[in-house]
Amino acid sequence: MGATSKVRLLILHVLVLSLLLSLGARLWYLQVMSGGAYARVAADNRQREVVVPAVRGEILDQVGRPLVDNRSALVVSVDPTTLEAQPDGGAAVLKRLAKTLGTSYTGLRDEIRPCAAGVKRPCWPGSPYQPIPVDTRVSSRTALQILERKEEFPGISAQVQAVRRYPSPDKANAAQVLGYLQPVTQEELDKRRGLQKRYSGVDEVGRDGLEESYDQALRGVPGVRRMTVDSQGQVTGTPQEQPAKPGDYLVTSIDAKVQAAAEQAIKSSVDKARADGNPGKQAAAVVLNVRTGNVVALASYPSYDPSIWTGGISQADYDRLLSNKGGQPLISRATEGQFAPGSTFKISSLDAAIKDGYDINGSYDCPGSFKVGNRSFKNFEGEAPGRMNLHRALVVSCDTIFYRFGYEQWLRDGGTNPKKHPKDPMVHMARDFGFGRATGVDIPNESSGRIPDRTWKYDYWKATKADDCKRAKTGYPDVAKSDPTRAAYLKALATENCKDGYVWRPGDAANFAIGQGDVLVTPLQLANAYAAVANGGTLREPRIAKALVRPDGTLVKNITAPKAGTLPNPHNVLAYERKALADVTKSGTGAGAFAGFPLNKIPVGGKTGTAEVYGKKDNSWFASFAPVNNPQFAVVAMVSDAGQGATYGAPAVRKIYDAIYGVSGGKIDKKKAAFPDGQPPKKLPKIGADGSISAPSGFTAASSFGGPGAGLIPIMAAGRETTTPAFGRRS
Amino acid sequence: MSIGDSVRGSVLGPQSGSLLSRVTARESPLRRLDWVLVAAVLALSVVSALLVWSATRPKLIDAGDDPQSFLKKHVLLLAIGLVLGSLVAALDYRMLRAYAPIVYIVACGGLVAVLTPLGATVNGSHSWIIIGGGFQVQPSEFAKVALVVIIAMVLGEPRDGEAVPRNGDVWLTLGLAAVPMALIMLQPDLGTMLVFCAVILGMLMVAGSRRRWLFGLLAGGIILALAVWKLGILHEYQIKRFTAFADPSADPRGSGYNARQALVAVGSGGLFGAGLFHGEQTNGHFVPEQQTDFIFTVAGEELGFVGSAAIIVLLGVILWRGLRIARQCEEMYGRLLATGIVCWLAFQTFINIGMCLGITPITGLPLPFVSYGGSSTFADLIAIGLLQGVHLRRDARFD
Repeated sequence: MGATSKVRLLILHVLVLSLLLSLGARLWYLQVMSGGAYARVAADNRQREVVVPAVRGEILDQVGRPLVDNRSALVVSVDPTTLEAQPDGGAAVLKRLAKTLGTSYTGLRDEIRPCAAGVKRPCWPGSPYQPIPVDTRVSSRTALQILERKEEFPGISAQVQAVRRYPSPDKANAAQVLGYLQPVTQEELDKRRGLQKRYSGVDEVGRDGLEESYDQALRGVPGVRRMTVDSQGQVTGTPQEQPAKPGDYLVTSIDAKVQAAAEQAIKSSVDKARADGNPGKQAAAVVLNVRTGNVVALASYPSYDPSIWTGGISQADYDRLLSNKGGQPLISRATEGQFAPGSTFKISSLDAAIKDGYDINGSYDCPGSFKVGNRSFKNFEGEAPGRMNLHRALVVSCDTIFYRFGYEQWLRDGGTNPKKHPKDPMVHMARDFGFGRATGVDIPNESSGRIPDRTWKYDYWKATKADDCKRAKTGYPDVAKSDPTRAAYLKALATENCKDGYVWRPGDAANFAIGQGDVLVTPLQLANAYAAVANGGTLREPRIAKALVRPDGTLVKNITAPKAGTLPNPHNVLAYERKALADVTKSGTGAGAFAGFPLNKIPVGGKTGTAEVYGKKDNSWFASFAPVNNPQFAVVAMVSDAGQGATYGAPAVRKIYDAIYGVSGGKIDKKKAAFPDGQPPKKLPKIGADGSISAPSGFTAASSFGGPGAGLIPIMAAGRETTTPAFGRRS
Repeated sequence: MSIGDSVRGSVLGPQSGSLLSRVTARESPLRRLDWVLVAAVLALSVVSALLVWSATRPKLIDAGDDPQSFLKKHVLLLAIGLVLGSLVAALDYRMLRAYAPIVYIVACGGLVAVLTPLGATVNGSHSWIIIGGGFQVQPSEFAKVALVVIIAMVLGEPRDGEAVPRNGDVWLTLGLAAVPMALIMLQPDLGTMLVFCAVILGMLMVAGSRRRWLFGLLAGGIILALAVWKLGILHEYQIKRFTAFADPSADPRGSGYNARQALVAVGSGGLFGAGLFHGEQTNGHFVPEQQTDFIFTVAGEELGFVGSAAIIVLLGVILWRGLRIARQCEEMYGRLLATGIVCWLAFQTFINIGMCLGITPITGLPLPFVSYGGSSTFADLIAIGLLQGVHLRRDARFD
């Protein structure tokens, strides 16, 4: 027993004390210095949020026929949390599921892996606690197989969910107007950082069309089910549910009957053009309510069945939608297609001439050809009907009078040595008519068309100068092999363009006057311009949507087409034009198409357009409005690469009027009319609290459906109910 | 002798007088008990009961059982343990020296029994014997007592003129320790192994062994540990669990789970804690083994820094009293007994709380006096009984 032992005890003392002190220090660090961070982690640990998707609002036509509604579909979802808790990480369950669904295990596995940097799609961009839908097209038999064998499918549920349905009332398709839905992408989620709760990944996002424009209102607000869970994922407390707020219904001014008629009308014109041996590639039709700026129909050819998007589009369908061969049916020709307008453009040019001082009552010669500079510009098919007033110039569509207006204005602006501030009356009037810029209609991806003014020409020259100057030297040896004359012409053109291609030439001015050359418009722009002429000069931003209404029927807001401008000419000029255009259908270029139409009761004013496109057949246009004495509608139809306006455009417009007014066999049958009184309904369709929809008075929403939209009928997630808590955790 | 109490009589005290006066007499064993130690142990027992109650209540409620059933069992075990401890304290510890070999052999027998079909596996460690009635015995807990007793016997033999244990005694110590350690290795129970190592080293040190022995053993232990690691003698899960504390985020749902959940529970307690029964991590049973190995996380979450630190302080008081008893004991055998017990409890405390705080590996060691479990409670209280026994009879010269 010596001092050594005591010293050693002291050492032991120090050792023990230091052990305890280090524990205390660590405790202080954990609890006091970083306690807040751990408290947050603890909260995340316990709280689990499941997004309850909101039923998306329906899109209705003007009398309440659903253009898009929802149907109940059986959706198989995988809960990754439950799967992960399986001893093998859920591999066996997924393999069984793949077999049951008839898909591959690796495919399912890829679908449910969380998206992250370096993870290829498919992957799951949503919350990892969210059941991931893996199949939205299962049969009820398959769903039952899964639900009945819960113990074999932990974490797998089959649930009834609402998916988009396209009832096509009266066979109206309107695919490009409606748009479609796609799962939210990671980029979109990132962009909406603050709103991520609203875009949980279960939701799909509106792409294109009304689904995109009114996505916020249509989607509603998803509910959140907050649950306190234990370590096994068992719900411990009562779930707090913030119920989903269903999306608003979008009432549009589209009339399914007119829409269907417009689609069929352009389709039959395309068929006719093709039967005549013309390509007739694209077509569009627009019907506007000239008094309100509402869109009544917006048809595009070719089209497609939008239901192919529901439940995930197949690769084959997707490729077809985007391919040239399939005609790229996703593109709305009425708003995105840009075409030379031809003579339909003359209303703008005529207004420009009158504003520029040409006498509205004057008499003008319509020669067979008109010399612009050193080039001779011919009348259509070289006709020379002699002197006439402007009224007749529109009715017979005399080009040479308009060449002359354009040329003379060009000369007054200084010709090839333009003044510092040239007047360019036709360019300015075209802009006043709304050409050269998007109309602002409420669907995305609208084209602006093109008004080729001096600035445009200069910019274009700058962009193409290098190439032109190269061609001016090298010429076109490839073209020369087959067509030496053309090669020489092209070379001369390139030389000229290289040198002074920015110069606003007399030919440019003349072509502009008749809507040729580089002028491009969208069918909607043209319809909107004619609507302005028809309504006395008010240009509007067209609107397809009329109102947003809650599913219980209360109005959220009315949507009106804002005023976008006023035509500069006084009313009498527009009235003069309307009168002239009225004769087009009676005795002018449109008379053939309107033969047998009760023009005495419903006078239709219109203008044909036959726009030459180099290397292709003409664009066939007809732009119109009716009734002339008290205009209500503007209707435009166009078939590209087809032929004369009178042959394809005008008959299509005629068919649309037939549908609007119920004309058949030269008589008006109000029962068949989409608008029995020739007017769109003033009131909105009524949406009852029970989901029923009734048409405004005077209209019938008669269709083969009309029940309330499919609601959400949740079935308990299979994985959650069966597992019993294991006491403690083996590790 | 440093304390001026050399005039005290024998442990048994005066033979005359009533029982009451004997008990309350100044020289009575009851009054000479280390009451600070008793108070600390009782305080920890109360805390222990509350924490076990809180840790087991939610699961019992979920299962529809009596929410107090674990509490009742625990209180019963504590009571039995206190009786056992009192009995041991009343025994003359020097008598125990004679019985040390028997204690040792019984303990080794228990460890062998674990390896027979009598044994049962809990949490990957085959260290239990089921004795029916819902009771299990963990012989390795009692083996700790036996190890302390047998080493104290070997190294505490009075030797004339020798301040340093003979090499032969050291070899004997190591040889005797090797048997239970080998048996424990077979279970395998890494935590108890580490405690054994700490006890052996601590006792050899206080026994005055040569430094070369101490450092040699330390180095040898490290080399052996590395060899075990590299040669793959341990199971994969043991290594995983062993290393998980260093980086729980590496595998949050696997072996890092315990470590991470323990950290979250303790960390979320903050300064004052969520309040008893109000720890949501505890109520959601996120921390596994919470009433046994991870009991400290309940304290961390529900009692906060203040309460958890108090537990550490109470354990510190016990260790301090233990060391004090060792120092005051003039006889090597008693001193070594106290030293062994302190080393055992100190190291086990450090490893256990450390694993709840993420600074030591996760090994299946209970927190002395606090964790739920009969064997450990009994062993711990027997150890306290031994300390009290040494304390009562520290004055070797007058015995």
